[in-house]
Amino acid sequence: MITEPPVLSTEALTIRFGGHVAVDRVSCAFERGTLTAIVGPNGAGKTTYFNLISGQLRSSAGRVLLFGRDVTGLGAPRRARAGIGRAFQLTNLFPDLTVLENVRIAVQARHASGFDLWSLATRRRELIELAEHHLSRTGLLDRLDATAASLSHGDQRKLEVAVLLALESEVLMFDEPTAGMSVDEVPLVLDLIQEIKADRSKTILLVEHKMDVVRSLADRIIVLHNGALVAEGAPEAVIASDIVQQAYLGTAGSGAGAGHG
Amino acid sequence: MLKALLSEDYPRSRLLTALLVVIVAGLALAPFVFPGIRPLNTAATICVFIVLVASYDLLLGYTGIVSFAHTLFYGIGAYGVALALDAWPASWGAVALGTALGLALAMAIALLIGLFALRVQAIFFAMVTLAVASACLILASQLSGLTGGEDGLTYRVPHLLSPAFRLVDGKVLGVRLDGRIVSYYLLFLAAGALVLAMLRIVNSPFGRVLQAIRENPFRAEALGYRTAVYRTAATVAAAAAAALAGALMALWQKYTGPDTTLSLSIMIDILLMVVIGGMGTIYGAVVGATVFVLAKNYLQLLMAAAAGATAGLPLLPQLVSPDRWLLWLGILFVLSVYFFPSGIVGRLRGRGGEGGAPRG
Ligand SMILES: Nc1ncnc2c1ncn2[C@@H]1O[C@H](COP(=O)(O)OP(=O)(O)OP(=O)(O)O)[C@@H](O)[C@H]1O
Ligand SMILES: [Mg+2]
Repeated sequence: MITEPPVLSTEALTIRFGGHVAVDRVSCAFERGTLTAIVGPNGAGKTTYFNLISGQLRSSAGRVLLFGRDVTGLGAPRRARAGIGRAFQLTNLFPDLTVLENVRIAVQARHASGFDLWSLATRRRELIELAEHHLSRTGLLDRLDATAASLSHGDQRKLEVAVLLALESEVLMFDEPTAGMSVDEVPLVLDLIQEIKADRSKTILLVEHKMDVVRSLADRIIVLHNGALVAEGAPEAVIASDIVQQAYLGTAGSGAGAGHG
Repeated sequence: MLKALLSEDYPRSRLLTALLVVIVAGLALAPFVFPGIRPLNTAATICVFIVLVASYDLLLGYTGIVSFAHTLFYGIGAYGVALALDAWPASWGAVALGTALGLALAMAIALLIGLFALRVQAIFFAMVTLAVASACLILASQLSGLTGGEDGLTYRVPHLLSPAFRLVDGKVLGVRLDGRIVSYYLLFLAAGALVLAMLRIVNSPFGRVLQAIRENPFRAEALGYRTAVYRTAATVAAAAAAALAGALMALWQKYTGPDTTLSLSIMIDILLMVVIGGMGTIYGAVVGATVFVLAKNYLQLLMAAAAGATAGLPLLPQLVSPDRWLLWLGILFVLSVYFFPSGIVGRLRGRGGEGGAPRG
């Protein structure tokens, strides 16, 4: 029987910045319908690992496979269209465009309508309705006409998530989605991730510092330390392991850092 | 009807609407309201520059690309028509062929520049366009056998457009309807159609991608948009519109030379017009080109009058002498950028920031 390849996998993925190895031969496979939490102290290489997968950075060595196909040579746009969706740790929006437009432009990317020069964007109702749907899921329907730059930090984080949802990608990568959010805003985002996970059709990667969140959401945890993958397994087992207690909780103090600025 | 013509992108300000109505009505009725050769020439120049500036706004204001090659495309369009009318007897076939060849060459060069240079940093792209534009300016001046060199080309236009042509005998509203008037309306209608087409493009899904790229190219890539491809497409579209503006100017002036088409001082004028009018609005091109061309053509007259009026006073006559008109234009520009950083259109729309947030 031929087994189906994992949705996403990395093979000995490595990047060096000068002499510094930020991601060090990380091999890992991500199966459909699972949520993998990626933990590690500040500077462990989690965001850099994400950048290598979604193509913002080119690896020095190793490969990235999507559905078994080598995508290492592709740039970020092609990988996005192939099904790798990404939300950023540092909010990364179109500041002067409206909330609706930020999401609509992502819907439009998903529906490959970017080279439509002649119809009116305002007349493509189907794209706008989809955008509004994703904005209602993230609780931003009442801010449609505000510019992204004018939103509160929490709302910007939600918009970042809405943009990712709009891509309807196979792989969803969240980089500390709740960092800097106020306590009462956090559940909305976590519930959304839970909802996507419950659907069991997507492959989710989540960088998260808060251990209670990781415990409740993750099917599996991988631990990065100094760029290398040092532990992998079921949440309870990994969190309890010595290596995490030392490498992660030990080095990074409480481990609850809200992410660097 | 109006909704479709304006691509649902309205001026969004009473004052701006009023200003645009005045400008469009003024241009539409120019031959009758402002008779005479000089005013008609000014009106025709405004029409052409509106197209040229709007097409530059597509690059600078909407896509965030700084290019100095825009006069190059304008010049290619103009020389296309000029060379065709120079080589063949004046006919519409020659005009069409010259326009088509100029258009094709401008788009091809834009494509090449885009493919080679738009992947690199913005500053490098700006330098490449400057180098290419300067090289072509020198080329046009040197190839005197073909282009007439510094002297340029003077040629005849189809009979319908020549001053000898009479649309009707006698005068209408005190104006003789000769080929000049026909030329002017050809220019006016073509310019209007081109501006409306560009308004359409910036409000299309494609135009929205350009604005996203201007705002955050990194994010646009993460969404799956290949920014180099979109930037190149924008450059080609802008080059096409600029070339058509050049072809119109060539038909109007019956003369094409390096100074009136390829020169870098025109490039600077375009930059000033787009900034004065308001970047990323298209309407800014209409307002900016009108204000600037009027100032350029009439500031000297105004200053001569002022110099005459203040003749007895110390210092003042020297300050307002017509020779200083460029100084005053510069001062006007600095003041306008300082007080209206988002241009006249941005100011009238009552927004401080640059660009326009499109409503989805
Ligand atoms: N473009 C770059 N050039 C040079 N060094 C870089 C670059 N990007 C990341 N690094 C370095 O790589 C290391 C890993 O950084 P990364 O942002 O991936 O950490 P992280 O695990 O996401 O940390 P945090 O939890 O703080 O977000 C850091 O030492 C960082 O300084
Ligand atoms: Mg990080």
